[in-house]
Amino acid sequence: MKAQRKIDVYALTWRLPIILWQLLFFVGPVVFMIVISFFVVKNYRMTEAFEFVNWERMLTRGYFWDSYWYTLFIASLSATIAMIVAFPASWALAFRASETQRRWAVFLLIIPFFTSYLVRTFSWYVILAESGVLNAILGYVGLGPFKMLNTHFGTIIGYLTLTLPLAVILQTITMANIDKTLIEAARNLGCKPLATIWRVVLPLSKTGFIVAALFCFILAFGDFVAPFYLGGSQEPTLPILILDTTKSGQQWPRAAVVAIMMMATLFTIAFTAIVLAYRKPKGTNA
Amino acid sequence: MTKDLKTKQTQFLRRDVLRIGGGVALSAPFVSRAWAQTTEINMLAWYGHGEPDIVGAFEEANNVKFVPKYYAGGDNMLALIAQSPPGTYDIILSDAEFVQQLNLAGYIEELDANDYPFDDMLHEDFTKFPGHWDGDTLFSMMVRCGHLGVSYNTTAMSAEEASSYNGFWKPELAGKVGHFDWHLPNLGMMSLLNGNGSDLWDLSDDQWSAVQEKTMSLRPQVGGFFDYGGTFNGLKNGEMLAMCGIGDWITGALERDGATVASIIPQEGGIQWTESYCIGKGSEKADIVKSFIQYMLSPEGQTKSAQMIAYPGFAITKAGRAMLQEVDPAEARRSHQYDGMENEPVALINEGRIHYRDIPQQQSLEDWNDFWSEYKNA
Repeated sequence: MKAQRKIDVYALTWRLPIILWQLLFFVGPVVFMIVISFFVVKNYRMTEAFEFVNWERMLTRGYFWDSYWYTLFIASLSATIAMIVAFPASWALAFRASETQRRWAVFLLIIPFFTSYLVRTFSWYVILAESGVLNAILGYVGLGPFKMLNTHFGTIIGYLTLTLPLAVILQTITMANIDKTLIEAARNLGCKPLATIWRVVLPLSKTGFIVAALFCFILAFGDFVAPFYLGGSQEPTLPILILDTTKSGQQWPRAAVVAIMMMATLFTIAFTAIVLAYRKPKGTNA
Repeated sequence: MTKDLKTKQTQFLRRDVLRIGGGVALSAPFVSRAWAQTTEINMLAWYGHGEPDIVGAFEEANNVKFVPKYYAGGDNMLALIAQSPPGTYDIILSDAEFVQQLNLAGYIEELDANDYPFDDMLHEDFTKFPGHWDGDTLFSMMVRCGHLGVSYNTTAMSAEEASSYNGFWKPELAGKVGHFDWHLPNLGMMSLLNGNGSDLWDLSDDQWSAVQEKTMSLRPQVGGFFDYGGTFNGLKNGEMLAMCGIGDWITGALERDGATVASIIPQEGGIQWTESYCIGKGSEKADIVKSFIQYMLSPEGQTKSAQMIAYPGFAITKAGRAMLQEVDPAEARRSHQYDGMENEPVALINEGRIHYRDIPQQQSLEDWNDFWSEYKNA
């Protein structure tokens, strides 16, 4: 006879707020967005309908797919660069710095988040402009001036402003929790430094690293500020396309189509990343 | 002794509190009456129109307070009205080409033409501006205008090079030509360059294809697509040396700060943006709003409009221009608002070099927007 499962009222009470929060502010808006993607706009006003015209219109346009692939590419590139650039700093903080130094470093890395991201982005104008600080320094050694604003480079710099501190923090926390004796054992058994990173540190940090990369990707993929203000909207990313779509003709239903495609992409990538992060290596039972 | 003093102080404080409290309580009805007398006027407008440099003096003189809601673009304006209950906005500043749609949708009140200085207009066209009248009924009152052409950095382009839209293709400007990110003025300019003249908005399929082709050929020169702030910064810091889709409304503000930029109406012609005031349908403050529109058309209001900090515009009344010349001759000269000056705005209209901004006649706005998105991605 099957035992009847008893509802744990105490546990449910504590879980209820987060469940309600998710229903109200995540599931609800997503459902609403899906619904309005079938609405039509008449005289600048959304009208209830169930038509596929917005889906057909957006998904058959070349510029939508150009934006889609470009956004996917530049967000992936930015996440990769963030992970690579963050690694030496995280390594030093995790293995070379004292506990106090590490705490201070993490605190200092959090400080940029106290300031508005838009303000931080605009401050790059002073540094990256052709008459800016960086070109002035390069000019002293006979280089430049280089065009950095309104380029892909500018977009990447903007994305890194957003993601790099986060990547360093997550990598540091992940590596700081590795059992140091495993690294010492590898070195004692003759493993070279780079091989130790590749064969010991990275496998042991896999979950944290994948989560860090995923966060970097998600933030860059949905960011409007960097590609618009530092990239000069060329090429437009999907968030810029959403803005363009709503600006002209108030096509919120078509913007909803773009947003749903973005969310579907993020879900797919996040799900795949989590599966990879928690997949056990072959031949292990633990 | 100390104790006595302390007691005395405490008593004094208590009396003081009672006195002040009583005073406040007794004066409360007057305070609340004074607050109640300040009328709030909800304004829907482009940025800058509800700022103190424009409305401050009127607010003070009439004990009103403007509550502005700013938009960017006529589509955005229409959507904001469509999504709000009737009577939300007391006064609406509209681009002239959208007035007709406001009227057709029933969003604006009729105006009495006798309330406004039509006999003082600088140009005949301003008295019967397209879309502002339905038969003999006035629905919107033009208040200011400006011209769009080639905007450029004077150290990178000569006035002669800027005297044609072809100047955007100058090889030295590769990667330094910016676009104001709105398809209408940019594609309108390309249409003028293609020789469509006064039919710039009324394009056949072939003409529309030719405009697209011409625009696409500019893409390698383009260094970015910008909003107002980006356009302003791009020109100011020299990242962009020429800008398509704008005019003196941006370079004028920079020029005042000493930047080496200018705007010129090229030989192919320029485009006029026109801003007009309407009274929102269902507004309970129509009388005071009418007074404000009259104020903006008075010499003082016209001068303030021409000097607007956010973006300058031309005076449209003779008395307004005269007052501008009197109180701010430097601004009047900078913006060519003297009879006989080169590029004087009314003379440009009379010479047929200015075309009023409109919406596409044979294509939909969506078609133009679709192409604009393709262009940005190219």
